[in-house]
Amino acid sequence: MEPKSELLVTLTLFMPLIGVIPILFLTRGREARIKWYALGFSLLTLGASLVLMFSFDSSKAGMQFEHLWEWFQFGNFKVSYYVGVDGLSLLLVVLTGFIMPLAILFSLDHVKERVRLYYAFLLLLEFAMIGVFVAQDLFLFYVFWEVSLVPMYFIVGIWGGEQRIYAAVKFFLYTMAGSILMLLAILWMGNHFGTFNVQEIMSAIQAAGATNQSAFPVGPTELLLFLGFFIAFAIKVPIWPLHSWLPDAHVQAPTAGSVILAGVLLKLGTYGLLRFCIGFFPKVSVDVAPIVAVLAVIGIIYGAWVSYAQTDVKKLVAYSSISHLGFVVLGIFALNSAGFQGATLQMINHGISTGGLFLLVGMLYERRHTKDINAFGGIWKVLPVFSGLSLVIALSSMGLPGLNGFVGEFTILLGAFGSPVLGFWFTLFATAGVIMAAVYLLYMWNKVFMGEYKQPAEAHGHGEAHGESHEGHGDAHGHDDHGHGDEVDMEAVKRAYPPLSWNEATALIVVVIAALVIGLYPRPFFGYMDASAGALAAEVQRYVPGQTTVVQE
Amino acid sequence: MENFASLVPLVILIPFTGSLINLFLGRYLNERMIGTVASGAAGIAFVIAATMTFAMPRFGYEGVVVNPPILDSWLYIPSAALNIPWQLRVDTLSLTMMLVVTGVGTLIHIYAIGYMHGDSRFARFFVYLNLFLGFMLILVTGNNLLVTFVGWEGVGLCSFLLIGFWFDKKHGVGWKNSNAARKAFIVNRVGDFGFLMAIFLTFWTFGTLDYYKPGEHIPGPVHGETVTIEPGAVASSDTHGASTETVTDKGIFGKAEDLLAEGGHIVHFGPFSLSLEAVLTIITLFMILGVTGKSAQIPLFVWLPDAMAGPTPVSALIHAATMVTAGIYLITRNSVFFHAAPLSSAVVTLVGAVTALIAGFIAVGQWDIKRVLAYSTVSQLGFMVAAVGLGGYAAGMFHLVTHAFFKALLFLGSGSVIHAVEHGHHHAHAHGDHGDQGHEEETPFDPQDMRNMGGLARKMPITFWTYLIGTLALAGIIPLAGFWSKDEILGKAFNGGFNDGKIEGFIALGLLIVAAAFTAFYMWRQIRLVFLGKPRTAAAEHAPENGALMTFPLVVLAVLSVLGGLLNIPLGVNIPLVPNEILTLWLEHSVPYTKGLEFNFLLAVTATVIAVAAIFVADRLYSPEPLTKTGKDKLEATGLRAYFRLANAKLYWDETYFRLLENPYNRLSKWLANVVDWDWWHDRFHNNVIRDTFNRLAGFLANPVDRGAIDKAFLRLGDAVAAIGGRLRGLQTGYIRTYVFTMLVGALIVIFLILLPLLRQAVGR
Amino acid sequence: MQPPTVPVENFIILSAVLFIMGILGVLVRRNAIMIFMSVELMLNASNLALVAFARQWGDMGGQMTVFFVISIAAAEVAVGLALIVAIFKTKKTIDIDELNTLKG
Repeated sequence: MEPKSELLVTLTLFMPLIGVIPILFLTRGREARIKWYALGFSLLTLGASLVLMFSFDSSKAGMQFEHLWEWFQFGNFKVSYYVGVDGLSLLLVVLTGFIMPLAILFSLDHVKERVRLYYAFLLLLEFAMIGVFVAQDLFLFYVFWEVSLVPMYFIVGIWGGEQRIYAAVKFFLYTMAGSILMLLAILWMGNHFGTFNVQEIMSAIQAAGATNQSAFPVGPTELLLFLGFFIAFAIKVPIWPLHSWLPDAHVQAPTAGSVILAGVLLKLGTYGLLRFCIGFFPKVSVDVAPIVAVLAVIGIIYGAWVSYAQTDVKKLVAYSSISHLGFVVLGIFALNSAGFQGATLQMINHGISTGGLFLLVGMLYERRHTKDINAFGGIWKVLPVFSGLSLVIALSSMGLPGLNGFVGEFTILLGAFGSPVLGFWFTLFATAGVIMAAVYLLYMWNKVFMGEYKQPAEAHGHGEAHGESHEGHGDAHGHDDHGHGDEVDMEAVKRAYPPLSWNEATALIVVVIAALVIGLYPRPFFGYMDASAGALAAEVQRYVPGQTTVVQE
Repeated sequence: MENFASLVPLVILIPFTGSLINLFLGRYLNERMIGTVASGAAGIAFVIAATMTFAMPRFGYEGVVVNPPILDSWLYIPSAALNIPWQLRVDTLSLTMMLVVTGVGTLIHIYAIGYMHGDSRFARFFVYLNLFLGFMLILVTGNNLLVTFVGWEGVGLCSFLLIGFWFDKKHGVGWKNSNAARKAFIVNRVGDFGFLMAIFLTFWTFGTLDYYKPGEHIPGPVHGETVTIEPGAVASSDTHGASTETVTDKGIFGKAEDLLAEGGHIVHFGPFSLSLEAVLTIITLFMILGVTGKSAQIPLFVWLPDAMAGPTPVSALIHAATMVTAGIYLITRNSVFFHAAPLSSAVVTLVGAVTALIAGFIAVGQWDIKRVLAYSTVSQLGFMVAAVGLGGYAAGMFHLVTHAFFKALLFLGSGSVIHAVEHGHHHAHAHGDHGDQGHEEETPFDPQDMRNMGGLARKMPITFWTYLIGTLALAGIIPLAGFWSKDEILGKAFNGGFNDGKIEGFIALGLLIVAAAFTAFYMWRQIRLVFLGKPRTAAAEHAPENGALMTFPLVVLAVLSVLGGLLNIPLGVNIPLVPNEILTLWLEHSVPYTKGLEFNFLLAVTATVIAVAAIFVADRLYSPEPLTKTGKDKLEATGLRAYFRLANAKLYWDETYFRLLENPYNRLSKWLANVVDWDWWHDRFHNNVIRDTFNRLAGFLANPVDRGAIDKAFLRLGDAVAAIGGRLRGLQTGYIRTYVFTMLVGALIVIFLILLPLLRQAVGR
Repeated sequence: MQPPTVPVENFIILSAVLFIMGILGVLVRRNAIMIFMSVELMLNASNLALVAFARQWGDMGGQMTVFFVISIAAAEVAVGLALIVAIFKTKKTIDIDELNTLKG
């Protein structure tokens, strides 16, 4: 590999970190520039990741742009800085690069406190998240994994809602609890294989598998190691029933935080499942796949059901993540190429559409300072552009064909159906989740955007009504005293619902375009993944007992 | 044909383009320009479809697969052997649908320019309408199940948008409209669930979703005359190199035919191993679920009556003529599967027949002019579904086409009435009470309630006469279009029962004849209520006839409703200049197992007599005035009061669903969310169990363990140290000499110890 | 011919005597300056021993050390006297029996 491209991943990885430097050292009085620096560097990162994508050779299954540098060694443990991307992580890196500018774009207008720290944390978070996706050394991976926690903790804890401290601590502790187990597993692996190098470990395991041996000692060791990784990832995803931190963190986080949390951070878990749980422990994965898939399907239905009952718009979207990520997990544990690719694409899709949903919830919140679903109504009438864009986003989230969500969900369900370890019933119930997605999303959309326009009660002449107490109870008859006139007071409307700013509009339009592109022409995206996912699937299929595909005789 | 067929992406793109133009530029255009763009897009699409239709015979009626430009593939995953392209198919079936969709669509677009005049979201309406056309065309032209599904869901979306178009109306009407839209979407989604499952099963059975691969011929026996292909056509297709090669890779139907012919195939699905026939039965059963959703059949028909909340052109286009027939199209398209699954076909038949009857019954008891038509649509869709279930694919399609004509006509006519009555209402109020603008009105005036009408025939002659034609066509009065198509369906049922000995044939025949009687009855009731008698309100009195934009489509559709029957005159009836069975022969080229039908004179007479009798009874009952003095239906004054109320209450169908499905769903949802997830899992479990346990453990460690034991032990240690120190402090005199002396002594001891071995040596020696 | 050499024992004995005088001085005297001088005496006793042994073994390391000791002793004198002066300034005494702040 020529040295030029070798540095590409490293460049992408460190770009946000470089961006932190000018932000931290910008002289006082120039804080106004900070956000532009942050936006600029996040865009540079996106650019770097796109260069990475376009120079990626999608016909190869293995790692590309590998960059290996011996870091240090203690005792048996050899640690290296080893990064690289393959088809499965490439798109996630691009997703990270894509989501971050959106989050920053939204923040430009709405975050006004402790700006320097805020953007520094955002970029630091991006650094850590990309690190998780590209790290090919378990030790390095763990470092990034933990580092990604810290900025998020502060973003929730400082710029969050009323119960931000509770949420941040819960988020932190929950994730830490899982990580500790993973750390144990990682140390065991490092000790056993004499290296933390993922590729070396992987090839050792595959070499053993090729000769029908196991690279692990007999007994429950392999299962325990699997669980060590699995629980850490399952909490991050979150797989039902380990989801309790999610509504808190999502609801309390600032909008950009929620966007990143849903958009990328949850994908760290699903990516880990795919890369490490399946890659290291194919045998155990085959054994536990039905169990995990049951949890996934429960998550799909449970998330959808619970989401439907929410009166807090943000919470509704938060719970929908549980449902959506259930699909991803189902796809991963279908253990075939369609499942893997569908799952990976669905990670991207969920990032785009749920990220978009959080953006629009954020925009609603910034206008009305409430997230109560009953406080809204008829916004379609007063903000047609915003409503139209958000309709597309909601539809993409509920998997309307032609938009991105459908492509992922369909591929996952198809994979699950054809999976030798899952099959008919899993698909049946998961597909029922597709109906339920329509139920809760349309409920939300209906309540917020359709129906009669509900003019919020204004506090004292000005539209900056922070009081939420009186707004929530406006009902269908609230306008009788205005007579039959169809006209609403446009001035009051403007105060309650200022039109979209350019930054907001740009963010939403970008999301919509991405949803359309992936929905109409997902071929290139599958193209990037195909070789890697196919190789991984072939590796796992070795452990599947009996026939491996659905065939007809 | 290839050249002509390659126009088909244009047919789809043009409505989408129209939609985009109006979306982005609509605010700068006036109503006329918007309407021109939208209707023009629909019209051009129609012209292209017609061109392709006329080109068809020259090329031997052969179906052609078209790859659209740019979007060469859609879901393409080599390692999973998955390749689902954005392919389109032009064959006689899809062309039939295209013609209906674009043709009726164009007329309704024109009508809508008049109907929607002055609406605050005029442009948006046409955006949706064109969008709908685009998706509908995708639905009917898709060459694989998934592309069809795209259209299937897309039209569902447009239906949602258009039903909820007036989401912002006052007095809770807006909320009602929004909820109707949501209901339509969700109920359709339930059907889509079935469709999706059918797609999965199909894919894993056949490894593809394509109906036909390029160059493949339709399987199954082709009846009727053999078509001589003109040499030019072959030459033109040769240049593309597809058709002369033997096709080894077949689409789902070809594969299914081959495998069924070989027989004895077993399909493995993980835990299941089923015969191919059983798998096809399951696939088709799932498909039926999809059909019941989209085509509003029992058990999923509940959304369609509510969908009348949308503007009337929408009801005409989407909820009568085109979208709701997608289910019939789907079954016809998959005729190979249904043919191989007799059980599913029987289910289809029964679902259709029962729906036809029940919806017909409910329609008798409705007051809303559009609701009557909505239930009528459900009922007629039941006829079509029953027909395709009986293998009468051509019969079903025939009724689909004629129904599109006369039901669109009826809906547009009702729209015309509503529009006029609304105007009449404003007019009456503007002149009635000056100054006070009608604000005190307790119940808002409902321009769709037939009780507010009456005597409109004289006010709106064009609307009346066209409406009458539509009514008679729907009732199946010879020689209007509905007679021929309905008769063919009854004939199919008759044949199914008496010739093939199918039990469902008998049942369907009985149910459908009764349903036909209901049809005639409720339609005549409507004519009586709306157009005849005396005007019952000031609004009806002042209702004006509408302009040419709205009446022109009515006239065209009326003509089509009269002549539509000529499309498929059954064998045994000779009409000069018109060949028999045009549609059947045409469809045979793309729908396997399509059979023509001999005209059954006896059946036709029976059906006509029953229809006429029903009209006669209705006319007797509802004249001279259709309502009793207290404003009730005349039926309520007879002994059939209970039945009328039952029909009026829609058989409590919605209430039952609410009680059995919706309410439990909502309550379970609330329970799961509030009790299980939040109170119990989030608060109780995490706070009480995890956090409190942790805190208790921490408390235990802190108090008894740490402070009680460990702390105490160390405190003791400290005390001991202090005590010892207290003793030892005496040594610290503060006098240097003490220290020096100590040092000296120490040094001496050290020296002594060093010297000790030497001393020992000395002593020992 | 070499001059008659004084045996090393003599030097050592002298050194020991001087050292013991120094120790006794430190132990017995109460005047800080006297103690200081006694310390110097002990230093010089050890110097003498070093030089004597250096001569005995013909190793110049001892003499070198002595030079170091002398120079350090000079520095020490400076510091020590300064300390004593400082103590006198604050406590108005240099009687070490009165300077017992460190008493336990």
